[in-house]
Parts: sequence; C-alpha cells; structure tokens
Amino acid sequence: MPRLRAWFSRLFGFFQKNRRDVEMADEMQTHVDLLTERNIASGMSQTDARNAALREFGGVEQIKETAREQRVWRWADEFVQDVRFGARMLLRTPGFSILAILCLTLGIGTNAAVLSWIEGILVRPYPLVAHQDRMFALNATTRGTPGYTGLSYPEFLDYQKNSTLFESFMIDRIMGTSLSVGDRAERVPGGIVSANYFDALGVKLLLGRGFRPEEGEGRNAHPVTVISYRTWKDRYGGDPNIIGRLQYLNGVQHTIIGVAPERFHGTFIGYSFGFWVPTSMQETFDTTGYKLEDRSARWIEGFAFLKPGVTRQQANAELHAISQRLEKDYPEINRGRDLSIVPLWKTPFNQAGNMTSTLAITLAVVFLVLLIACANVSNLLLARSLLRRHEMTMRLALGAGRRRLIKQLFTESLLLSLIAAAGGIAVAYWCRNALVLAFPSPVAGTIIDLSGKMDWRVLAVSAAICIGSTMLFALMPALQASHVDLSGALKTEGGGVAGGKGRSRLRSALVLIQVSLSFVLLAGAGLLLQSAQQIQNASPGFSTDVIVTGADLFSAGYKLERAKSFHTQLLDRVREIPGVESATLARLMPFSYGVFSEARLEFDAYQPAPDEITSLSYVEIGEDYFKTLGIPIVAGREFQRADDENALPVTIVNETMAAKYWPEKDPIGQRIKMKDRWLQIVGVAKNVNYDTKQEPPRSFFYVPVRQNFVVSNNLLIRTRQTPNALRNALAREIHALDSTLAPTAPFRVQEQVDRKGYTQQLAATLIALFGAMALFLAAIGLYAVMSYSVSQTTRELGMRMALGAGARDILRLVLSRGLRLTIAGIVIGGIVALLLTRLLGDLLYKVSPRDPLAFSIALIVLIAVALVSCFVPALRAARVDPARALRV
Amino acid sequence: MAKEKPDLVYGTLDMLILKALQHDPRHGLAIADRIHQMSKDILRVEQGSLYPALYRLEAQGLIKAEWGVSDNNRKARYYKLTAAGRKQLSAEKEHWVRITKGIDFVLSGA
Repeated sequence: MPRLRAWFSRLFGFFQKNRRDVEMADEMQTHVDLLTERNIASGMSQTDARNAALREFGGVEQIKETAREQRVWRWADEFVQDVRFGARMLLRTPGFSILAILCLTLGIGTNAAVLSWIEGILVRPYPLVAHQDRMFALNATTRGTPGYTGLSYPEFLDYQKNSTLFESFMIDRIMGTSLSVGDRAERVPGGIVSANYFDALGVKLLLGRGFRPEEGEGRNAHPVTVISYRTWKDRYGGDPNIIGRLQYLNGVQHTIIGVAPERFHGTFIGYSFGFWVPTSMQETFDTTGYKLEDRSARWIEGFAFLKPGVTRQQANAELHAISQRLEKDYPEINRGRDLSIVPLWKTPFNQAGNMTSTLAITLAVVFLVLLIACANVSNLLLARSLLRRHEMTMRLALGAGRRRLIKQLFTESLLLSLIAAAGGIAVAYWCRNALVLAFPSPVAGTIIDLSGKMDWRVLAVSAAICIGSTMLFALMPALQASHVDLSGALKTEGGGVAGGKGRSRLRSALVLIQVSLSFVLLAGAGLLLQSAQQIQNASPGFSTDVIVTGADLFSAGYKLERAKSFHTQLLDRVREIPGVESATLARLMPFSYGVFSEARLEFDAYQPAPDEITSLSYVEIGEDYFKTLGIPIVAGREFQRADDENALPVTIVNETMAAKYWPEKDPIGQRIKMKDRWLQIVGVAKNVNYDTKQEPPRSFFYVPVRQNFVVSNNLLIRTRQTPNALRNALAREIHALDSTLAPTAPFRVQEQVDRKGYTQQLAATLIALFGAMALFLAAIGLYAVMSYSVSQTTRELGMRMALGAGARDILRLVLSRGLRLTIAGIVIGGIVALLLTRLLGDLLYKVSPRDPLAFSIALIVLIAVALVSCFVPALRAARVDPARALRV
Repeated sequence: MAKEKPDLVYGTLDMLILKALQHDPRHGLAIADRIHQMSKDILRVEQGSLYPALYRLEAQGLIKAEWGVSDNNRKARYYKLTAAGRKQLSAEKEHWVRITKGIDFVLSGA
C-alpha cells in the first residue's frame, strides 16, 4: 500500500509542481531563519549568524533538487522538460518544422483518406446494410469455362434449401427499364431481387413494406415494386401517399409497396438503383424469356450471409458438397458446375471486381507519396542533426547521458509526428468530405458512397505509419549524434574553417540520396499515372458520341407487328432529320444494364469437345449498325435493309469468334445453327468492348433485328448535333407516329460508358491528384536538402570571395556542384528505377515499366527543382559580405 | 537516494525521523535537534539528507505535514506521525533490534 500511495502522491505532486516548489522554498527558508536566530542567541552578529546558518544548511538548490527527485516521477519530469525543449527547438527553426510537418501531414493525411475510402468500397460497400462482415458474393462457375457464370433459379433454390451454414441467400440481378412518370421517360437501373432481400440486408424501409415470401413465386404473379428514395423524391415529388400507387414498368402495371431509405442505393457498386421487383417478375424485365423454371438459364447474381462464427472455408466446403450432389442429380445440366462465396470486394458481377486494379494503383501511388514524405523528413532531420552536432557534443561534454540525449531527440521527433498525425487526420477528414464535394455523380444513376466512416482500422493504420516513421526519424540522427568523438568533434565544429572533408562528403551523400529516391518515386508515380490514364482513355472500340433514344413501346402496350412498323417508319423519319448522318436499331445499346441474348450454337465445320460450352452472347441490330457505331467490318459486309424475315438468315461474327471456330478458313459463307435455324455468316466485325472496358476479348455475334424482332428497341443515331439539340426533333417524329408515346430523353452512349466506368474515373482522378502531390513533395524535399547543403558552404564561399572570386564565379561554382550531384543522383535513381519498376508489373496497363515519358518527366522535374534550389541560396551567398560569411 | 553521512548507518535515517516524531509533531530543525539530543550528541543529521527523507516519508504516507507556528512565532511546517508511520516505526524497531542482536553475536563470537 505505501508504494501505491507514494506513486499517487508523486503523480499528484507532478501536477502541483509549482505550488509544492514554493512550499519547499518556504520550509527551507524557515529552517535557515531558525538556525540564524539560534546563532544570534548564542551571541553572533546578524550577518555572521545568517552566514553560519546558510553554511550549516548547505546548498539549498541541491537539497531542493534531491528532495524533488523523491517526490516527482523523474521520468515524467524529464519528459515535460524534453517536450518543452523540443517545442523550443522546433520553434527556433520554423522553416524546418513547417516543412517537416507539412510533408508528414500530407503523407499521413492522404494515406488515411484513401485508406478510409478504399476500405469503404472494399470492406463495407453498402450503406445501411447490417453485418457486411458476414456478407459474401455468390460466385458460380463452370469447369472449363473461365470466369464467372451466373446461377439458374432452380439451382439457387437447391443451394438455399440444402445448406445449413448460411443465414440467408439472396438474389440481386441488375436490369434497367425506362420509367415514365407524367410525360417524362428516363432510363433507370433496377434490381430483380429475392423476396427476402430487404429483410436479409437488415434495411428498414422508409415507407410501406418489403416483399412478402410468396411474392417471389409464380410467373409474373406479383407486380409489386419498392422504389428508391431518389425515385420517390425526383419522380413523384416525395408524394406522402405513394404507397399503393400504380406504375407501368416494362409494360406491366406495378403497385408501389415501399420506399427505401435515403442512403440505400442497392447492392451493386457504382450504381444507384431506382426500384426493385421480386423474382416472380423476372420475365417482365428480361426480354430473353421466362427463366424461373429453367435449370440451364443462368442469370442470377446474388449474395449470402453466413451464420455468425462460420468461416468462408467451411461454407465453401458445404456449397461444394451440394454442387456434387446436383451434378449427380442433373448430369446433363450441372456437369462441372460449382458455387463458392467470395469477399464483397471480389464480387464477380459488379464494379468492385473491375476496380481492384485501379484501387491497387491508387494505394501504390499513395504509398509512394508517404514514402517521399518520409524520405523528405528523415533527410531533413539528418541534415539538421549535422547542424546540431555541435550542440549535442556540447551537451555530452557537459555530462548529459547518451541515453538522455537519445530520449530527448526521440521526444522531439515524437512531438513532430504527433503534430503531423493530428494534422494528417484533420486533412484526411477534410479530404474525405472534399471527395464527396469534388466528385458528385457525373450522370444520373451512379453513386459511390464516399462518406465512409473513419473507423478504427483507418486510425490504427495511420497511427502505425506515424509511430513507425517517428522511430525511423528519431533513431537515425540520435544514434549518429551519440557516437560523436567528444574532443575531436568539439575542435572541428568549433573553429574549423571549411568544415571537414567528411562533412562535405556527408552533405553530398544526402543530396545524392534525396535525388535518387525522388527519381525512383517520381518515375514510379508517373508510370502508375499513365497507366490510370490508359485505362481511362482506352477506347471501347466504337464511337461513344452516338446518341441513344427510343420510346417506351412496352408501357404503351405495343405488340410485335405494330412495334416493327413503328420502328421502320421512325427510322426513315429520323434519317431525314437535318444533321443525322446515320441511324440504326439495337435491342441493347453497348454497355447497357441489360442482358445480351445467349444461345447454344452448332457449327458446320467445327466439332466442339465433349465438355465444351458453345453458348455465346449476341445482340439484335438494324442495318447500318456498324457504320453508325464506327465499328470496322474486317471482312464481308454489314447488315442491310434487305436482311429481313423474307431473306436468308444471316449473321456477323466478331474477330475472336472467327479465329476460334474457323481458324484456318474464311468464315464468310460458313454457317452456325441457332434455335433450329441455320445462319450464314456474311461479315466479320472488329472486336469491341460489350459490357466494360476491362473485359477480356470474347466471342460475340450479331443478328439482324428484322429477322429476330423484339418490341423494345433502342434508336442509335450518328450525328454532329448534341442530344439536346436533337431532342425536340425526335419528340416531334415520335409523336407524329403516335402522340401517346413518351419519348426517352436522348443521351450519348458516352454517358452510359461513364456510368459503367464511374468508379474507375474517380480513382483515376484521385491518382492524378496524388501524383501531383508526390511531385510537389519530392520538389520541396529536394529544395530543402539542396539549399541546406548550399547554405552550409557559406563560409567557404565567403573565403573564396575574400580571395577574389566574383558573384558570377560563386554562382557557377554552386550551380555546377549542385548539377553534378543531381545528375549523379538521377543516374543512380534511374538504374534503381529500371530495376524496381518491374515490380509494378500487374498494375501497369498498356504502359511499359521503362516508359520513356515517365522517366523523362522525372528527369526534367528534378533538374529544374535542383537548379532553383541551388540558385536561390547561391544568390544569397554571393550577395553576402565576405567578412560576415567568414564569421558565420 | 539521499546521500548518507558515514556516521549514520545506511537506511536508518527514516527510522530515526519516525522515532523523533513518536510523541510530538516537530518541524525540520526540531527533528534534527531531537535526533542529536536523543543520541546524546553522537548522531548529527545533515539538512541535505533530512529534507529529501522527510518528503520521501510524506510521499509514502508515513508522516503528514501541516503549517504551524514555532515557539518563537515563526511559520513552520510541522511533521506528524500517521497511523501507518506508527506501525512502520514499531516494525523497523523490531527489525533493528533483531539485526543488531545478530551483528552483536557475530562480532562477539569467538
């Protein structure tokens, strides 16, 4: 017990230090007074008595100090001292401090911001969804077919029924429709979801109710829909009586039964869904047919929640066992089929998967920024430790312990990085909010929830970076300072004229290190930046200026024949609109939300392997499609008006398909069999991207829409006009044919491409931002080290001037020295960079790791910065009065 | 640790202070005087050791300090034994007697 009390008393004494010091002085004063009085009583004079008393008492200050050591935590006392001293030192060299703190703040801040952003996208991508740590994406595969294939509805039900380790399975299939409210039609992405969707996600609806279990069943039996908050606000004006209202969706009247809460956008990264319908309505929204009872129609994407405590491995083992049973039960259809669950950030069917490479680049660039910041600060600290060598030596000579010295330097850098960390977290916080402000959704229907919380993970990583860098910075100069040879150092530091040869070599080494490091980092950042730009600018292979429009014929109740004649007439009218170069029809525009048709094919001349899947995607298009979209036909011809229901069925295949199935032959004139009909190949088209820019090349073919007609078609128009300029003319032509139709607002395909690449674009912008920051940091780091190095030679320069050198000579000397060092550093950095950038490997997209552009930019920037940072201090040195320079 | 004069056995100062305070509260000088007097002028406590020891004992809760007025009307800090201090004193006394007895045996042994 006494120990504990003593501890508390010390702690208490620590906080009351000043008051206690006064009391202690009072007490000792009393003691001396009493002694004096006693001496006077024994006959001494006033003065003698006092002197004797003081002599007897001994050194008051020493006693106080000894007494203090008994009372206060010595460690804490020293710590406070160190902090005070550290603060004083930081204030004494404000330039250094501001620079160091700025570098660290930017480094840590951007890191924390990006980490929280990435964490938000990858780990907890869906706002308002509970238990995302137990949420996984369903990844169905077929042996021998690369990549992901969806699930069929019967398969989905089998897995759901037979598994025990899952809390819930749910379906979330993206689709799109045009939503006409009043006289405005607009394309909106929506989801076909299982009836348990909102319950499984734990999302509470704002108004109304979610789907009931029975509403998921029965062919087109339950036309009910839950709409998003945005749809409710924008399209229905926030009508409080919205529940029960009827709405045509894809030609079927749906009852609105619920409104989702404001921040819930669905569970598809990058998209903000406008509405949801239950699985029973699949046929209504998927024009390729009714699939709920078709075991081979694989259209389902979805998620599963594990029960608490179940690992992914256990769950996958169970799913695999079920897959094997299904394979036995349905050998024809389920041969080689398997299902596994993958983390949300690896979701195979949304933008998360596409984004991982961009995110990795972002992370790498941000890491480079932090690395540059750290290199800057440690170089600055190292430079300063040289400056402070004399001070350290003096302290050692006066009896300071080496440990004490190291501790003090450590405290100083701790102070530095604590300030920087606080600043960094503030910057991160600010940046995160700035991200939301700076990147509003460019087009309707896209969303990224950037307001991800700064959770403990982000804070922990930031703190670790901070503490790590502190250790690094603190220990280097401290160890260096504590290995000083006392007498030798005092001699040279005190009076030497030119500073030893060793010192100037060390200074050169500092500059060399800084230049070569910066070069490596800048070259790396440059490569990553180019890579991001490449991804961003990659052409999908067709002209994205094409304008898309149409009319919601479904909602208007059109049947096939009427739709056919409507489209034919409309096409003729649109081609007459001034400024229209060409126009065509397509069931799906490129990069649409919809699902391409798919069919099992047989071939004239190609014998598939026993296990081979010959199902391929295709799209139904009108004449002039390739001309309108600017896709080159590499062989044969494109579809013509004459390719209609009375003509020979024809098809056009893409290059990949031609190369795969007719490798040695001319594909023109070959035949494929689709749905019991032989189609003759009349053309080969160049490959393009069909769904996303990142997709690998795949086999794809086209059929004439006139031989495969559907009610709902898109009108694609090639023109120099803007969508808005065309809007009225289009509406006029549509209304001339049918005044009751609501025309879809025209927009460019680019908008749709942007929508699909929104997250990519965001990341690319961020990378550019961080690349600029890396450049800035490298520049100030080099400037600091270079100008420090030059300013250290002021005395030498003064001597040269005293011996007759002119300002011009001084400038030339300093510049040539600086340039020599810079070039040497660049050469070293260049070699290292050539060796290291290969490590970026997978992150580089269509950019060579030795890309000359990135390297030359790094070169030019570094030389420019080096020149400026030599020039400014050299100019100052040249202007200095030699007499004063010598005295420095 | 406070530096001890060689004429005072190491570690005994705390015990002597506690003993000096056994009956009455005293200020610093009076404590030194009291020890000097009780030891029949053999032991002299240096002020340099006295005050650190006093603060140490106070921090351990063995003595308590209060401001009071000395005989000649001076404000002085008076130290008083606490209950814990009293217990500590008797414990140390016992310990001391045992140790010295042992040392006596060793020194007077044949």
